[in-house]
Amino acid sequence: MFESNTHSPEVTFHHAPDENQIKKIIKTTVILSVITLIELGLGLVMYFMHEGGHSSPFVVLLIKGIIVILSLLKAFYIVGVFMHLGDEVKNLMYTIVFPLMFFIWFIAAFLLDGNSWKNMRNTRGGSMPYIEKSTEHIEAKKPGIE
Amino acid sequence: MATTEHTEIKWWGGGRSPFNVEYGKLMMWYFLMSDAFTFGAFLISYGTIRFSQNFWPDPNHVFNSLPFFGHANLPLAFVSLMTFILIISSVTMVLAVHAGHHMDKKGVIKWMSWTIVGGFAFLGCQAWEWTHLITGEHAAMVNGELKFIGTTVTQNPWGPAIPGLIHDGMQVGKTGPVAFGGYFFGITGFHGFHVFSGVVINIIMLIMAMNNKFEERGHYNMIEKAGLYWHFVDLVWVFVFLCFYLI
Repeated sequence: MFESNTHSPEVTFHHAPDENQIKKIIKTTVILSVITLIELGLGLVMYFMHEGGHSSPFVVLLIKGIIVILSLLKAFYIVGVFMHLGDEVKNLMYTIVFPLMFFIWFIAAFLLDGNSWKNMRNTRGGSMPYIEKSTEHIEAKKPGIE
Repeated sequence: MATTEHTEIKWWGGGRSPFNVEYGKLMMWYFLMSDAFTFGAFLISYGTIRFSQNFWPDPNHVFNSLPFFGHANLPLAFVSLMTFILIISSVTMVLAVHAGHHMDKKGVIKWMSWTIVGGFAFLGCQAWEWTHLITGEHAAMVNGELKFIGTTVTQNPWGPAIPGLIHDGMQVGKTGPVAFGGYFFGITGFHGFHVFSGVVINIIMLIMAMNNKFEERGHYNMIEKAGLYWHFVDLVWVFVFLCFYLI
């Protein structure tokens, strides 16, 4: 597939025009829409659980985790199909995707840091007034208000 | 089919780009990667602050209105509309790029126009949402006084409820964490600015396509690069939607 009408010297070969491209686009659109609808459904489940006053922190965390995974799946489809990164040569794919792995450390480190701040706020070891903050904490935890 | 032939190419042997894309497109990818880190840093900073707080407002209570529905409680409704607008405009962009590959000028013009319409629709929604948040006043206790305040970068009424304090049949709370407004307006604003620049880029591409600029060049590669940017804007929205409205 070494085509002669190369527009630029950087390009060694062009991808053969994919006849199924339209089908692929429609399929991806459906997938993205369905995932979004599932996310919204889960969001509403959390809402009604909260309004009903019987939301266990574990179940909420589980639903939130599922929503995060679904969002990553959406990102995969947008980048892989709409942005055609899946069709590019491996070298290009790696040079884009590998640096993004810093996000694993980035997210873990900073969220843990935030959590540690929260712990410090609520203990005598922290820099914040102990009594005031801890009462606010209890208040916020009361069911049905927040 | 073609892949077997390509694996035999010595990509790192010199004399050719090991990435098999033109310079402009490669640089667009690198720009988007760096922009991903910018947005990532904003969202992670938001996450850090949120994790460090004992109380954070529930998005379902803050974002629960829809234009023309008055005070109806409709959590997630408006933001789903915005999400679908952006997904659909991403699809029309792919179709414009696809038409460009086939040197189909009419198709490019048609799909680029729809993409621009989608961009404006999204910006309109965001303008409505911001206005609604800033001007929509709710009761809150500010320094021991009952006040009606909107959601801004300096204060918001979405704090923890004060047990037993009812005004006009509504539960009244303290003011919410200041960072809530700052992060919300900062990050959705930065995203909205990206949408706006994307719309401007798309309009320029549309005008160039109409003036046969790409026909003369013999290719529609510029549409592809604008498309990458536009999809990235959609991609960022996936995470803004996730972090601010869903969880």
